[in-house]
Amino acid sequence: MTQFLQATVAGLSLASIYALLALGFVLIYKSTQVLSFAHPALMVFGAYFVSYFAVTIGLDFWLSLALAMALTALLGAVIERLALRPMVGKPLFSMAILTIGLDIAIRVVVNDLIGLNLRGVGDPWGFSTVKLGDVVIETRVIAMFITAVVVTVALLLFFRYSKVGLAMRATAADQEVALAQGISVHRIFALAWIFGGALAALAGMFTSTGPAGLSPTSWIVALKALPAIVVGGLDSVHGAVVGALIIGLAEGYTSTYQATAMPWLGSNFSQVVPYLVMLIVLLAKPYGLFGTEEVERV
Amino acid sequence: MLEVANLEVVYHDVILVLRGISFTVPEGEIVALLGANGAGKTTVLRAISGLLDVHNGDITKGEIKVDGEPTHKLDPAAIVKRGVVQVMEGRRIFAEFTVEENLRVGAHTAGGNIEATMAGIFDLFPILEERRRQLAGFLSGGEQQMLAMGRALMSKPKYLLLDEPSLGLAPLLVQQIRDVIVEINTRGTGILLVEQNAAMALSIASHGYIMETGKIVMDKPAVELAQDEDVREFYLGLHATGGERKSFRDVKHYKRRKRWLS
Ligand SMILES: Nc1ncnc2c1ncn2[C@@H]1O[C@H](COP(=O)(O)OP(=O)(O)OP(=O)(O)O)[C@@H](O)[C@H]1O
Ligand SMILES: [Mg+2]
Repeated sequence: MTQFLQATVAGLSLASIYALLALGFVLIYKSTQVLSFAHPALMVFGAYFVSYFAVTIGLDFWLSLALAMALTALLGAVIERLALRPMVGKPLFSMAILTIGLDIAIRVVVNDLIGLNLRGVGDPWGFSTVKLGDVVIETRVIAMFITAVVVTVALLLFFRYSKVGLAMRATAADQEVALAQGISVHRIFALAWIFGGALAALAGMFTSTGPAGLSPTSWIVALKALPAIVVGGLDSVHGAVVGALIIGLAEGYTSTYQATAMPWLGSNFSQVVPYLVMLIVLLAKPYGLFGTEEVERV
Repeated sequence: MLEVANLEVVYHDVILVLRGISFTVPEGEIVALLGANGAGKTTVLRAISGLLDVHNGDITKGEIKVDGEPTHKLDPAAIVKRGVVQVMEGRRIFAEFTVEENLRVGAHTAGGNIEATMAGIFDLFPILEERRRQLAGFLSGGEQQMLAMGRALMSKPKYLLLDEPSLGLAPLLVQQIRDVIVEINTRGTGILLVEQNAAMALSIASHGYIMETGKIVMDKPAVELAQDEDVREFYLGLHATGGERKSFRDVKHYKRRKRWLS
């Protein structure tokens, strides 16, 4: 039982990070119809700047996080303005490919900055843990989980009650009609990338806490958020969260049990699980669990 | 006053659809814009509300002014803020939103008290208040048309552009929409009414324009248009004599010659 709970905690910690990434991705996809493959880059860009401000310069951690989120949001806005807006009207496929190019370019630069040594982000949680019965939980995992829940609830409320949230949904539903109501669709696009960037930075910071730290391979975490989004269904906020939970937990349980239960699957099998789950879900539900059927796929 | 002067519009850089259209909608009046399918009526409305971009269309000549200020270079958001809003053909409500959310989207540019504006809309369309929390997709066709009009009115426009509001509605509902248009107008909004249902449009408009393949071919006070022999034959389906149907343009040509001769 303890082992099971321990595995669940591990799964939830992964799920929290996937959810933060997936929510930004879904926001962008929902409003602009662009699949942002630039998310790994946004994530490490954000994490690097938290590390730079908090560790290299020695600023307060929370201030560093705020600055890094703002910078990554800005990077998102720049990507939208300079790279994607001139492409409006071009095939969505080209836009998606363009974000892959941007991702690689930005990551090369950021990885160069990160260097070969493991970097910390100067977070206040360190390696401290809390014991709940027999289960040991890292405080950083608690922080991640609470953040993911708060961000999800905030986004749901934002879409439901705020004027801008409603305008984003309207833009997603019918761009021409949104324009006709006086909504500035360009502003909505920029906003989606700003949110997506800020959330990616937050996820990047969390990925870089604890023993993993920030390294030139940190970006791979974002690749596993992709299955979470696809499982949830690309254009649904609920879907992003549910997808993140499914993928995170599946990965958590396999990494705990597979080594003893099915050792013949190899030592890093849990890394493959997200993609496997994605394949299985797609075979049953091609549009994901919560996706809109008309949603175009690239 | 909403003024359109010498407007020329091209789609995809090559398809010339409007060839020098001019007309005006005086403040607080209803003006009808009639014409057969494909004449270019919707294109005129898109040009006014700044929605040509979406369709790869461009204004290549001419001018549009709202109360003296040119607006043809503005984006749709700025045009809505100047008090001109379009209700698109086919209603185009947000089906997955509630009725109230639809109305709130319409208020995007409006400052001030949204609740008060919404109360005014509910006063005009009581059915929308009853259905307030329902998904708009479940409304009937007539109710959806009302919602589309209500949504546009949430921006408190000075000029409302209506694209075939009676399309696909039963006669009784057409009556109802007609009465609502009159009511909106008496509350002080100028209306440009594009219609296939010429009888309905001319019965409430003060002035009417008739378009054919991108040109205005006739323009008269609505009462006179409704009396005009050719309009009666071609747009009201009232045949004075049971002759062959000719193109409206031929008649016009013939009339013009007749005028020259006399
Ligand atoms: N996006 C577009 N690209 C190319 N041509 C277009 C486009 N939209 C409209 N047209 C053409 O422009 C002409 C005028 O179209 P428009 O929709 O303005 O006519 P309409 O008078 O509103 O017709 P209807 O009564 O059928 O609504 C038509 O010949 C149409 O084929
Ligand atoms: Mg039309």
